[in-house]
Amino acid sequence: MAETTFLDSTELVLNMGPQHPSTHGVLRVILKLDGEKVNGTECVIGYLHRGVEKIGENRTYQQFAPYVDRMDYVAAVSNGLGYCLAVEKLLNVEAPPRAQVARVILTELNRIASHLLWLGTHALDIGAITPVFYCFREREEVLKIFENYCGARLTTHAFRIGGLLYELYDGFEQEVKTFCDMFIPKVDEYEELLTNNRIWVNRLKGVGLLSAEECKEYGVTGPVLRAAGVKWDLRKAQPYSGYEQYDFEIPTRTNGDTYDRYMVRMEEMRQSIRIIRQAVDKIPTGPIMGKVGKVVKPPVGEAYVSIEAPKGELGYFIVSDNSTQPYRVRVRPPSFVNLQALDRMVRGGLVADVVAIIGTLDIVLGEVDR
Amino acid sequence: MADEQKPEGPVPSAPEGQGTPPAAPPKPAAAAHAPPKPPPEMAATAWEGDLPNQIRERFGDQVSACSTYLGQNFVAVKADAAVPLIEFLKLEADFDYLVDVTAVDYPKRAERFDLFYLLYSFARNERLRVKTMIADGAKPATAVSVHAGANWLEREVFDMFGIQFEGHPDMRRILMPEEWEGFPLRKDYGILKQDDRWVRENLGIESGQ
Repeated sequence: MAETTFLDSTELVLNMGPQHPSTHGVLRVILKLDGEKVNGTECVIGYLHRGVEKIGENRTYQQFAPYVDRMDYVAAVSNGLGYCLAVEKLLNVEAPPRAQVARVILTELNRIASHLLWLGTHALDIGAITPVFYCFREREEVLKIFENYCGARLTTHAFRIGGLLYELYDGFEQEVKTFCDMFIPKVDEYEELLTNNRIWVNRLKGVGLLSAEECKEYGVTGPVLRAAGVKWDLRKAQPYSGYEQYDFEIPTRTNGDTYDRYMVRMEEMRQSIRIIRQAVDKIPTGPIMGKVGKVVKPPVGEAYVSIEAPKGELGYFIVSDNSTQPYRVRVRPPSFVNLQALDRMVRGGLVADVVAIIGTLDIVLGEVDR
Repeated sequence: MADEQKPEGPVPSAPEGQGTPPAAPPKPAAAAHAPPKPPPEMAATAWEGDLPNQIRERFGDQVSACSTYLGQNFVAVKADAAVPLIEFLKLEADFDYLVDVTAVDYPKRAERFDLFYLLYSFARNERLRVKTMIADGAKPATAVSVHAGANWLEREVFDMFGIQFEGHPDMRRILMPEEWEGFPLRKDYGILKQDDRWVRENLGIESGQ
């Protein structure tokens, strides 16, 4: 080994997390630093591993439904929707129209809640303390709707296999409409705070680049992929729950940097409001539960169903052996797959940008570790 | 799929007729009063079209079936042909996005694991599953050279099932602790089971409770 003096640059290994406020949970990143420059990273994950897939094999189909809410717990409704759709696919049943529209409204509200939490914490990581209070104020309104609907705010278990358990409550439409009218000016307000803010722009522009090719290589989906210029959203590409009936745009940007991902998510919140407004105006009457027996026993077979969760493609691959319990449930978590691209995004950048990049990936460790 | 035996679930939840184990070969005596159930199998139908023909043409008898179930296409291939097929699909048929890699354990089968590669093509807006069977201890080739995203997905398969991928750049556990003994998603790994020694040494809890 060559002799080194204190003037030589040596690699410094810095341990970030698992208890670190800006890793959004218990992510541990081992950073290899050359001064301020990041030479490489290694993610250590699994601190929140609860064996969700194993639990799924030991519970009946209905019993497992509440567990999926505990993966991406800031978007529990989306998790539940994906799971219910996967089991419904195996059973070859469809939720009735009324249930489907209600599902769309609640899922889009959840997308807004998830994006608000992302925006608040992401801005907080970068040093803007104000937005988090505003974001949580509006998120509270969404959670109140969830609470009124099913009694839970976070892990909602809002949907059941085959449709809904609870009928929409009196005044649901009005409450949702009030929220929509209130919310759009608020998005403009967040944008006023951040979009042209010089500190915000300087911290985000050109940081954490990920091109469309790299996204596809790593299987990165969701807003990260759309910010790289790929107009791909499962709600449009392979519509489910009647998304084909709604008129909305897929926001895309071209640079694939942290700033563009911010812009994509801001626009997505507006598009979600657009979908909710259309849906709430035409909630059909009728049953809310499809023809699903008390005992769910799908025929032998396997199916993969995925939805556009706030973080990207969330898929469920279920293998049935014609018993009341799934033979195997595999969850394809968007956070886990997206996190894999972290190394590519931070390599060569500055250590201060690592925080911005973890924030922009919008990971939830409950889903990464399952 | 025809040679697939139904394995017993980890918990005997579904009562089977007359207490006969479902996967056991039907005995003549038992068959007298309880007609043996045919082993249930997936009611998949053949998948017709240009792509399955191309796949068959290219891979010949290494492809055992191109099928469709519930409108989802899958190709069953021999283990050696899985990664070449994924590469072929990526280069020639635009299946440029590896969605997921996962496995299913059938402990009673000679080739114990089903290994699945879930693919998607942005250009065609189509999904495709590549399915292969491997024995316990076999080392399938890694798909990392074709899709960089396979790295963590294969690590998770190794972590949960103990399937080692040949040529993988970083074949370590990913979710479970590095020194953990056993592979949790195998069917013979009970839901209450844990690595007592690891728990005792690292968490200082005697029973893990």
